[in-house]
Formats: sequence, structure tokens, C-alpha cells
Amino acid sequence: MADKPLTLPEKVWRDHVVVPGQESEGQRSPDLLYIDLHLVHEVTSPQAFEGLRLAGRPVRRPDLTIATEDHNTPTLEIDKPIADPISRKQVDTLRANAKEFGVRIHSLGDADQGIVHVVGPQLGLTQPGMTVVCGDSHTSTHGAFGALAMGIGTSEVEHVLATQTLPLKPFKTMAITVNGSLRPGVSSKDIILAVIAEIGTGGGQGYVLEYRGSAIEELSMDARMTICNMSIEAGARAGMIAPDKTTFEFIKGRPHAPQGEDWDAAVEYWESLRTDEGAQFDAEVILDADTLDPFVTWGTNPGQGVSLNGAVPTPTDFTDDVARESAERALTYMDLQPGTRMKDIRVDTVFLGSCTNSRMEDLRAAAEILQGQQKDPDIRMIVVPGSAKVRLQAEAEGLDKVFKEFGAEWRFAGCSMCLGMNPDQLAEGERCASTSNRNFEGRQGKGGRTHLVSPVVAAATAIRGTLSAPVDLLVSA
Amino acid sequence: MEPITTHTGVGVPLKQSNVDTDQIIPAVYLKRITKTGFEDALFSSWRKNPDFVLNQPVYKHGSVLVAGSDFGTGSSREHAVWALKDYGFRVVISSRFADIFYGNSAKQGLLAAKVAQPDIELIWKELESNPGTEITVDLVARTVHCGSVDTSFEIDNYTRWRLLEGLDDISLTLREESSVEAFEATRQGFKPKTLPAKV
Repeated sequence: MADKPLTLPEKVWRDHVVVPGQESEGQRSPDLLYIDLHLVHEVTSPQAFEGLRLAGRPVRRPDLTIATEDHNTPTLEIDKPIADPISRKQVDTLRANAKEFGVRIHSLGDADQGIVHVVGPQLGLTQPGMTVVCGDSHTSTHGAFGALAMGIGTSEVEHVLATQTLPLKPFKTMAITVNGSLRPGVSSKDIILAVIAEIGTGGGQGYVLEYRGSAIEELSMDARMTICNMSIEAGARAGMIAPDKTTFEFIKGRPHAPQGEDWDAAVEYWESLRTDEGAQFDAEVILDADTLDPFVTWGTNPGQGVSLNGAVPTPTDFTDDVARESAERALTYMDLQPGTRMKDIRVDTVFLGSCTNSRMEDLRAAAEILQGQQKDPDIRMIVVPGSAKVRLQAEAEGLDKVFKEFGAEWRFAGCSMCLGMNPDQLAEGERCASTSNRNFEGRQGKGGRTHLVSPVVAAATAIRGTLSAPVDLLVSA
Repeated sequence: MEPITTHTGVGVPLKQSNVDTDQIIPAVYLKRITKTGFEDALFSSWRKNPDFVLNQPVYKHGSVLVAGSDFGTGSSREHAVWALKDYGFRVVISSRFADIFYGNSAKQGLLAAKVAQPDIELIWKELESNPGTEITVDLVARTVHCGSVDTSFEIDNYTRWRLLEGLDDISLTLREESSVEAFEATRQGFKPKTLPAKV
């Protein structure tokens, strides 16, 4: 009998089952899955380490665990002690725990410090077919490599530290097929914002998404990570992309990439990680990249997005009661009038950074647009590279000079204004074009207003002062 | 996690339904880095009121909370269970628990016993006429005894077994140690390790 055709997520799951769940009274208990890589940061790990200490348990596999500091770290004066006492305590606690339990840590000031989801791939630790977890919802980023990568809670962090496994309930699969090719000035951020606008912030609940189709295959790894990163904003447990030549080339030569014979064995396995012909997804969404415009959000959840060429919607146009009420509330919070053209919205701040868009390709794309241009005088622009290494690389390429000459602030690496756990926050009423992932009320600072955008839209907006696409610069030139 | 077979302790009447986790422990306490020491956080807003039940000396050392229906609704914070346990509660009795809270309790060794509402009213009456009355909860027999009130409680078999054995999630998984070791022996050799560090 031929094996049942499987989807990519099902294959990775199958290859990690340590103990299958048991069927009893019509319910199936969770499968126990092995975890290949556990990423740790300072916010969701202190109680997990304390749990181990109280129970007298060691970290089972320090050699499959790595920690870095990102959520709380300052992006200015990183040589000084962290000013906020709670932030400092969380960071100090992580350092002490890493030392006590023998976990590798990249601290502030280290070349491999940075946003946990930028650091893993940069070191070559994220590879196809792996299970990757972290106490952070944007762990889905690593799915870009064909890994099954999920965010977990603090109890689960402790569970993985102690056992290197996790009991997980089975999932459903959804194919997100993006046909055609992106036009210039349109990026992977626009794809994922359009997907979330299409299926809603709960549309992916219970699913692992597999992004596929020609437009996805044409993307670089940096761009693929942007898409998988925001899978969680559609409510999905994870998002994945089948590994291919682009993936292998990205990994090859990185510090922890397989070498020699191991490389050949790895590639042979990785190449098997494609959804089989005839495999069934539980749901499918199809998108056309050829006609996709730059996308931007108008509301207070990532599903409230529209083409940048469009306008702020009218709440009464929503037939669904919940959607209408949510839109009304969002427009009040965002201080926007229905029918206003998105391109007429003036912003105060532009934030280029976060685990969604802070990698080399993002910085290069923005710098290319800013080069030789004048910043709108009333705009403040903050550029926060995803890791210390990204910062160094950008400086080696002279991108820091482009940003600084343009009038943007060139900062040190971390999560920064994406969630404002450090001093980088919006003021009450301040409006921001942000390359991050969440436009929730108060996310970037109490009363702050967020429009999610791609790096090139962020750059064009910093020049014109209003939400803009790169193409608008040609018109006005 | 400490096993429970029977527990006897002072019953505390909390005559309120829909006690949500923001009431059990407000968000301001979530910034802490510890997993214990939340006893002061438990019901911290309500405890500012001198008439609140836990401020009465007779209930100060209570360990069986008898609450109204829908206990533990709202945010999924595990801190709610930590706070109850740190204060000294081993058992919460209610006619209905929120799903996540119920699951979190089982994981942390707090017994959430479902008792029918009419019996809860009888227990409240008993506790109020004789403050300081002890309640005995027998997990083996699934019974509750409080003064003249004798009743039974509901608990699913799996949770009951885990509490009787004192098994948290990690202990349960550690029982599969040989399977984990066997799995590790077959892991592909090319899979990356974080140690020794390469940069």
C-alpha cells in the first residue's frame, strides 16, 4: 500500500512524534513531540527557570537551547545599565539563569544579540524540517525554512526546558496559494497583510498555514520570514514554506549549517519536505500577486487593512455586526474619517524594525528609496536593525550613512517600538507608519496610532509625510 | 507537585459568581519574575475592603474556597492559580469553572471541585452560622463534608488521577523518558546544536 500523501506540516509533525496520543472515549490525547530548537528571551522565561529550580530539574538539552535579550533592551546607550528597574531585572535574571543552567546566551553588546527570531536564522540554527519553539507568538517566523515553529506559554517553556518535548494537539492545514509575481514596489509584507485582511484575525485558528505558489517561490528568505512571522496575526498556530534552493543557499556556510557529508544528507532530507501530490489541505485561500497593491492597515487589528490606493472604509458597509462595531471603535481610536484616502493620512513617526521587517533586505530596500532624498521635516524616523550583526552588516554596506544623512535615527538592535517595552514608545495620539506586526490599541505606546506598512512604504512615507508608495515619489519628482 | 487524597481545612465563603482572573490577581503583578510569593496579590483589590471575607481573622488561614458559579473566567494567566496556592488554598469549590482556569488548576495541583449550586448554598449557610468550620474534601470518594452538609463533587477521571498521583505535566512526560531517549538515539546527525557555540 502506498503511503498516504501528506502535506509539509504533516510530514514535519510525523517526524517528531515521540509518543502518539491515545484514543479514549472519542477524544484523542495530545501527541508528545520532540523539539529541535528552543529559543529563549527575558520576558517569558523567568518563571520557567524558577519552576525547574523548585523541582530540582536541570535543562535537559542545553545544546538545543539558546537565549538572547531583546524585548526590554534599550536601543540607545547600550553600554549603560538599563534604566527601567523591571526591564533591568528581567535581563539580569535571564543572564543569571543562563549561567546557572548552562544555556548559551547572547547579551546586549554581543554581535549575536538581537531579536530572537532574527538571531536563530542568522546563526544557521533554524533549518528545514525542525520543530522550533519560543515563548513568543512570532516564533512562526522560522516556518519560512520549512520548520514547524510555534509560540508557547511560560509553563510550556518550562516543559520544553525540562523534557525537550511538548504535548501538542493535532492541527488542520490550510494552503495559502499566491499565484503570479509581485510588481515592483510591492513586497511580501503586502502579501501577508492582504491574506490577513482576507481571512481575518481568527481565520487561521487551529490551522498550520502553508504558503505556496509562484509568488512565494520567487521570494528571498528575508521576505519569506516576513510572511511566516505574521501567520499568528491570522490566528494560525504556525505558517510554513517548503524549503527549496533559496532556503539551502541561505543556510549554507552559516555558523551552524551542516558541513561536508552532513550537508548532503541534510539536503537530501530537506528536499523530501514538500507537500505530496494529491495531499489534501483542510482549507485553501488563493491570492493573485499580479494585481496586488501595497497594503496598509487603517484599524486596530492586523486584519483591518486595505490597498494603499484605497480609502478608510465606512463602518456601515460591513454587514457583520461584530466587524462593524470593531470598525467604528477602531476609527474612533485611530481618529480617522470614513472615505479618507489612505494616501492623505499624515503620520508623525516612521518605525523601521521588528521581527517582521528588520533584516538586511528590509534595510536595503528602505535605504535605496531614501538615498539622496529629503525627509519630511515633521517626521521622526527610527531605524532599529533586528540584530547586532544586521547592524554591523548594514554599516559595512554604508546603509547607516544613508539613514543618518536622511535624518533618521540609527539605533541598536532589539524589539524596540514594536511593543514599547523599552523606552521607544509613541506618545498619546502620535501616528506611526510601522513595519511591525501589531496595530493594537496602545501597542506602541499608550494612545499611539499604528499603521502597519512594508519597509518601502515606510521609506516613501518618511519622505512625503503622508502614507505613500515608492511610485508616488516618481509622480512628484 | 504534592499529591492530594483528602484535604481538611477552614472553609471560606466567597459569595460571588463570575470571579474573573483579573480579580483573583490584577495584571500589575504579572511583571514579576517569580512563580511563588503571590499571596499578597490574591484578590488584592478586594482585600483593600476591611469587610472582605479574607480580612476576617477567622478566615485568614482558610484553605478551602467556596465560591459562586463560573469561577476563574477571563485572562489565561497561570498566576491566578499560583496566587490561590501561595495564599494557602488547596481546594476551590464552585458549581462551574472556566475551562482555562480548570486546566491550569489541574496542572498546578489545585483541586477544583464542582459541587451543585444548591449544595454550595447549604455550605455557605453552614460556614456563616459557624465561621471557622472545617471542610473535608475526599478526592478518593469524591465527597465534601462541612458540618451537617454531606455531598459529592464532580471531577473528570484524568484530572482526579493526576491530582491523586501528584503528577504535573512535566512529571507525566518524564514517565516517557525511555521513549524520549529512544527518539533521541534516532535523530538525524546533521541537526544543529547550539553548543559548542559557533559564531
